[in-house]
Amino acid sequence: MGSKHREIRGKNMARRVAIVGMGQTDHRSHRPDVNGREMIYEAVKRALDDCELSIHDIDAVIIGNMDHFESINYVDTWSVEGSGAFMKPIMKVTTGGTTGSSIAIAAYYHVASGLFDKVLAIGWEKNSESDTTAAIITCSDPVWDRFSYSGAIPSLATEASAYMKQYGATQEDAARVAVRDRTHALSNPHAHLRRPITIEDVMASPMLAHPIKLLDVCPRSDGAAAVVFAADGAAQKIAPRPAWIRACAVRHTYTWFGDVDYNAGLVSLQRASAEAYQRAGIRNPADEIDVAELYLPYSYAGLKWIEDLGFCGPGEGPGFIQDGHTDMGGKIPVNPSGGVISTNCIGATALLRVGEAAIQVMGKAGQRQVPDVEVALATGFGGCFWSDVLILGTTRP
Amino acid sequence: MTVKLNQVEPLTLQGQIAVPYTWWAGEVGSRFLIALRDEAKIIGNRCTRCNTVYVPPRKNCGSCFEDIDQFVEVSNEGIVSAHTVVRFKYPLQPANTPFAYALIHLDGADVSLAHIIKGDLDKLKNGVRVRARFKDRSERTGHILDIDSFQII
Amino acid sequence: MDNIAIVGVAQTKYERRKKDKTYYDLVFEMTKGVLEDSGLTLEDIDNVITVSNDFLDGRTISSMAVGEAAGAWDKNISTVEGDGTFGAFYGAMRVLGGFNTTLVVAHSKGSEGDVKYITNGMFDPIFQRLLGLEAISASALQANAYMDRYGVREEGFAQVSVKNHANARNNPYAHLPMELTIDDVMRSQKISDPIKLLDCSPVSDGAAAIIIANEAHARKAKTKPVWIKGIAHCAEEYFLGDRDLANPKSLREAARRAYAMAGIADPFHSLDVVELYDAFSYMEPLWLEGLGLCNPGDGPKLLDDGITTMSGALPVNPSGGVLSSHALLVAGLARIIEAVLQLRGEAENRQVERARTALAHGINGPCGQSHCVWVLSTGK
Repeated sequence: MGSKHREIRGKNMARRVAIVGMGQTDHRSHRPDVNGREMIYEAVKRALDDCELSIHDIDAVIIGNMDHFESINYVDTWSVEGSGAFMKPIMKVTTGGTTGSSIAIAAYYHVASGLFDKVLAIGWEKNSESDTTAAIITCSDPVWDRFSYSGAIPSLATEASAYMKQYGATQEDAARVAVRDRTHALSNPHAHLRRPITIEDVMASPMLAHPIKLLDVCPRSDGAAAVVFAADGAAQKIAPRPAWIRACAVRHTYTWFGDVDYNAGLVSLQRASAEAYQRAGIRNPADEIDVAELYLPYSYAGLKWIEDLGFCGPGEGPGFIQDGHTDMGGKIPVNPSGGVISTNCIGATALLRVGEAAIQVMGKAGQRQVPDVEVALATGFGGCFWSDVLILGTTRP
Repeated sequence: MTVKLNQVEPLTLQGQIAVPYTWWAGEVGSRFLIALRDEAKIIGNRCTRCNTVYVPPRKNCGSCFEDIDQFVEVSNEGIVSAHTVVRFKYPLQPANTPFAYALIHLDGADVSLAHIIKGDLDKLKNGVRVRARFKDRSERTGHILDIDSFQII
Repeated sequence: MDNIAIVGVAQTKYERRKKDKTYYDLVFEMTKGVLEDSGLTLEDIDNVITVSNDFLDGRTISSMAVGEAAGAWDKNISTVEGDGTFGAFYGAMRVLGGFNTTLVVAHSKGSEGDVKYITNGMFDPIFQRLLGLEAISASALQANAYMDRYGVREEGFAQVSVKNHANARNNPYAHLPMELTIDDVMRSQKISDPIKLLDCSPVSDGAAAIIIANEAHARKAKTKPVWIKGIAHCAEEYFLGDRDLANPKSLREAARRAYAMAGIADPFHSLDVVELYDAFSYMEPLWLEGLGLCNPGDGPKLLDDGITTMSGALPVNPSGGVLSSHALLVAGLARIIEAVLQLRGEAENRQVERARTALAHGINGPCGQSHCVWVLSTGK
């Protein structure tokens, strides 16, 4: 479990920042009752209620989604009525799947800069409004990648195949990750998919691109999340146990899928987590981190990316999972919220990782609370094998 | 990267990806569109805190940041608060040029509705009264253009 | 606010079509160019903000095309989708928040898409988009509201176009340097009343970059630092019919905050040069009012009285402004860059003498729904 007295490294003369509240919608495959703005409003109201603030207390707003899923240009200015940004500064940050964590990091810098005291970060997506695959194919380079190798699944399938070949991991090993996350979702009233599944269910589900089957991957959801960040001084007045941002790091490396070395592990996660651990003074993540909300868009990620995060050594992922270390009650519970495999409203997804990690630290995670959380880890994933890492804790840095 | 392309012709690749969209109007937006379709009526709603009547209606008031639940019918008539006569052509236009876009302050509303005016463009100026001309019931589908256009009266 | 400065700038020539350059190429050139300008190395840059728009690029995750080209390998990076002034704002916050430097780079190739469709995408899909509204027709509504409120005449706008295209003749980067008369503008093709062809900005291809640094790294750079004294942005209502289009209140608020940060009580006398976002000729006088540089309704008088000309008391858009070069997203960053060049004394033929304090401005959303204001100075 985390140590209270870990020394904080890093060059920060900037202000300390904490998360003081979060709200999210009940994620569904379709939300016909609300348009995008109204769905955002729901999450924002819940976040404000959670920390007992009014919109008039908020100094700035950051919002993000993946444009092509709703086809709205200049989402920041379009959103104003629902995002609460009327007569406030609002900007849009968007970086593919990592959007939500990039938004959280933007909120962090808004406050750390000293320019704003209370900032609202909003991630949202109404995936039901478009053809997800057609939209996501446009992320690939139109000349080199788009015709041969695009959409979300093919590159992940390549990564999974390479891993299985290198270490002998099996489809059942991966299925175990999906089962874990879907089981955890049963304790999260907001999660999209809330029916338990078994390893047999996963193995029997249709193959999409070998070795990825339908139940190995995330759904697409309509949903929004809003997280409130506050400055040192203000944070303590709002929340009894603020979740302090101890470190954040980002590596958005590749441009072309062909450049990725599928045998090297998730390099962006290795490097981003190394920086974040160094800033937060963490040397042994599996021992010092109490809970992790990881952006695992598919099951195989749950085997290999925990190696990249240093929870265990190369090839040891399947064993680590099988030994129960990542279950509730284990050494380092992963995805008490149910993770991405249970809910995926893309612009919100990485922000939900941050928000869920924060409520664990704040002690507000209800039925999905891990006991005695002092340090939590949140990650984002997206784009061309990009990663964002945030570390939150009870101790003010 | 900075190789000069003086012996090679730069190639271009034409591309088009079809991404179809279906936007949820939401409950509040649906009520507005259904009223256009079924009743040829324009409805708005009122924020009871600041008393603003919005057309089209919204789920919440942007400035008070509270739910709005009081629907009101506004008039099909109002005055033009801003306009422009469009003279260039492009495929997404709902009418042949010249036609006008206008912001129309309907009687009973506190904000203006954006729509189009097709005829009598020589009479068009700010402050002039206009009335909504609806399409025939059989042509109305629950769409902002169930109102064919506004006419100067 | 800690002392932070802009220590490097680079921009491409703005032109109709850069057929031989991809986004990657443009961003790479700008990254190299801004490093060279600043005298800093890639190792001195510890984080990157890219600015791009998915619709313009026809790519979701448009940032994916340019991260590497921006020198972001193994570095912290993020992306703002909006005008370059907003991206630079985030870049500034990251320096204030702990980074030593931020490289901000924006790109756009309007030639690769259909800008009318792209700006149509700004409008609400349920209530407005299907009316076919796009940037020009919506802006025409604003121009109409402005004229109606204050009795401003079209000639008042036309003279802005004449001034700015003439100024562009001194700007080697400009897309449309032109010698025009008011009559030329008034007789140009009607697009959407009152906007005529010569009241409109072009659609340009281009890219630009700046480097923002903390005080220690500003000393490392070889350029004369331009200090960031005040920065703010603000957004008003979204639906055109909800807004008072003749009153740019979000600009007024952003300017108020930026001036307060910069300790400016009398902007008209404190500013030496202004680079504002004149996507259409009517916007220059309207934004001058919003910036508090004259009373509401008096925007056109500033040019009538010669105040905003190159020889006037407060030159506006010596670069030729957006009317002369409009690479979407880049154009706001270009305003910052032009202001920096003025304050460094490097603006060559478009130099305003003894410029010490400058204002740069960018807009986002339809009809300037959101405004970002920068106050820059030669002194800390």
